[in-house]
Amino acid sequence: MDVEILSRIQFAFTVMFHYIYPPMSIGLAVLLIFMEGMFLKTGNPMFERMTKFWVKIFALTFAMGVATGIVMEFEFGTNWATYSRYVGDVFGSALAAEGIFAFFLESGFLAILLFGWDKVGPKMHFFSTIMVAAGAHLSAVWIVVANSWMQTPTGFHIVGEGMNARAEIIDFWAMVFNPSSIERLSHTIGGAWICGAFLVISVSAYYLLKNRHVELSRSSFKIGLSLAAFASLFQLITGHSSAVQVGEYQPAKMAAYEGHYNTEPGDLYLFGWVFDSEQKVIGIKIPGMLSVLLYMDSSKPVTGLNEFPPEDRPPINLVFQTYHLMVALGMYFIAFIVIGIFLLWRNKLFKTAWFMKLSVASVILPHIANQAGWVSAEVGRQPWIVYNLLRTSDGLSKVVSAENVLFSLILFTLIYALLFVLFLYLLDSKIKHGPEDEHNEPVVEQLVKAQ
Amino acid sequence: MYEGLDLNLIWFILVGILLTGYAILDGFDLGVGALHLFVKDDSDRRIMINSIGPVWDGNEVWLVTGGGAIFAAFPDVYATVFSAFYPAIMLILVGIIFRAVAIEFRSKNESKRWRKSWDIAFSFSSILIALLFGTALGNIIQGIPVNSEKEAYIGFFSLINPYAILVGITTVALFMMHGAIYAVMKTEGKLQSQVRGWVNNTIIFFVICYVTVTMATLIYLPHMTAVFKAHPEFFILALLNMLAVANIPREIHKGREFAAFFSSSFSIAALLGLFALGMFPNFVTSSIAAAYSLNAYAHSSSKKTLEVMLTMALIGIPFVLAYTASIYWVFRGKVKLDKMSY
Repeated sequence: MDVEILSRIQFAFTVMFHYIYPPMSIGLAVLLIFMEGMFLKTGNPMFERMTKFWVKIFALTFAMGVATGIVMEFEFGTNWATYSRYVGDVFGSALAAEGIFAFFLESGFLAILLFGWDKVGPKMHFFSTIMVAAGAHLSAVWIVVANSWMQTPTGFHIVGEGMNARAEIIDFWAMVFNPSSIERLSHTIGGAWICGAFLVISVSAYYLLKNRHVELSRSSFKIGLSLAAFASLFQLITGHSSAVQVGEYQPAKMAAYEGHYNTEPGDLYLFGWVFDSEQKVIGIKIPGMLSVLLYMDSSKPVTGLNEFPPEDRPPINLVFQTYHLMVALGMYFIAFIVIGIFLLWRNKLFKTAWFMKLSVASVILPHIANQAGWVSAEVGRQPWIVYNLLRTSDGLSKVVSAENVLFSLILFTLIYALLFVLFLYLLDSKIKHGPEDEHNEPVVEQLVKAQ
Repeated sequence: MYEGLDLNLIWFILVGILLTGYAILDGFDLGVGALHLFVKDDSDRRIMINSIGPVWDGNEVWLVTGGGAIFAAFPDVYATVFSAFYPAIMLILVGIIFRAVAIEFRSKNESKRWRKSWDIAFSFSSILIALLFGTALGNIIQGIPVNSEKEAYIGFFSLINPYAILVGITTVALFMMHGAIYAVMKTEGKLQSQVRGWVNNTIIFFVICYVTVTMATLIYLPHMTAVFKAHPEFFILALLNMLAVANIPREIHKGREFAAFFSSSFSIAALLGLFALGMFPNFVTSSIAAAYSLNAYAHSSSKKTLEVMLTMALIGIPFVLAYTASIYWVFRGKVKLDKMSY
């Protein structure tokens, strides 16, 4: 295998593994604000136990996010040096901004969130929780801005020629608010909220099925369901505006999403399979619906893949499948919250065992949706590393050999496999241990007195 | 904006400040990690880990931000150095990953084998990170084979040359000394007297390494000392550095741990300052031809980017200093273990 494919596999693998954790942290951070806020408002110690339990889970996901996140920042330089030289003037400032505006904020207040319970007052602790959540969201802002610039680059010009050609910034805010930033950021954040919400929903349902921590779990289930409800509907809006924006600025990607070859009114597939050599999709479709989605007009033509030379097209079936998987899961989340809210309204939510079981199992689905969405967005950008500007194959490090990358790829694979197993083991044991029981402490006191 | 300012010089200095901040802050927590296995008792080991528990993550942010700043302000330097040191960087990443999870995972299970494994991972990864950063620095001091296309490559076996390893070991010694002093501040009782004993040993270890590196640099790498011939006043920094190191045992003896910690922090800053003076304006000296060296003027981003970044820095730095100071203030004093501790 050559350097290009190995470097792409390594980047994809390390970023996908990394992206298991930040969405959980971002979503949980929002829920921690609710939980701790409820504690401050009501003074009910149940909310304190709930917050402390979820802070421990948060700490675990956060540590994994930190450990795997530094890899990403270094990999631009180690594996994509030519890319880094080419875009550093523009892309680098977004990364530096993430460090100075997000990571310092997040790590500083994280210390108080985790260890500061007895060191600061409850209000200051609550403030720290909010700041950690703000830091986590700001970090998403800057990294998604940087990534969106690779999708829809603006605010720069090219200086120099040949080996010395590079992008230079002319308008910083045009770079930050490039055409896809807002849509992609809101869609990413929404995905993270769903991820955190379903984690809380799943664990709460697990306790309810086991008849443990009943009062606490009912309450946390409802908190999780509220965020899931908001976020799922939010994703419908941001997903739609993302699609419109992709249709406008990255037509080849939009065409690949739906396997759309000829420039004509576009159909929307519910599912299907793309036969690229025959330029044909077999599946269930709604005729004209893609044109409606993009232009509110079923007769308006959508740019097809045949407008692009074959070397400028992304791998179509992969983009198609991951995109449709993400959309289908998005629909599932909406169905899930509709049923959940209906059952809650009828006062049957916690007695409906099948729904509780479904809640436990659904925890994995937001992860699949996030990863699938990421694959469709990034593979859909291919063969460009910066859309219409620099090809992925031209962005590699010139001095790094295939053996080098193979060595590091094997290393990451082994380490990440180990970490993933340990992460699941620890998550499982924390969940099995559960929140501190309200009766625990008095019992201990009685024992001490009895002695 | 910023008319009349030498933005390239400012960014050379700001990158230096970020990396110095990293060396001082993560330096002590790497040092605590390197010394970790010398503590035997489980609750003492927990005190060691919890002494850095609330701060190590923030300390590492200085590295992340330093890396981001080099990427943005000097993209060629970032690209050349990170790809040139590919094997070393990958091993540093392995160290950083294991260290982060070791700190988080260790306390989550009572089993002796579990804890022992993570103790070893924590300690060895701390040593590995310090050793590799130092070794990479040693190579940078000697110069790396940057060619006319701004590319260089250093295989693992040319990475580990004697001078570079010497700088690597010196870095480990420096961080051990720095970490031991930090641990004296955070511990009490029996553990503290044990840690106090290490301070003297690590100072001796460091001074031996430092003198050897200095001699090797003077003899073999005259380009690093040229600036001191032209500007003898810079010798003051070298002198202050020696005084700071000499001051450490004195302060420890008098029980003024914070003053000792300040001295060793100053000493790290002075060492990196001497390095920067020797290198300026270069970030990377080419061992092939001086014209191929990467410097702060020819290999920077555009003036516009340097200006935007300076604005960011001016907005961000007061906040960063405020967070850092408040966290260290909130978690001041001796470590007390509680339910939420590691």
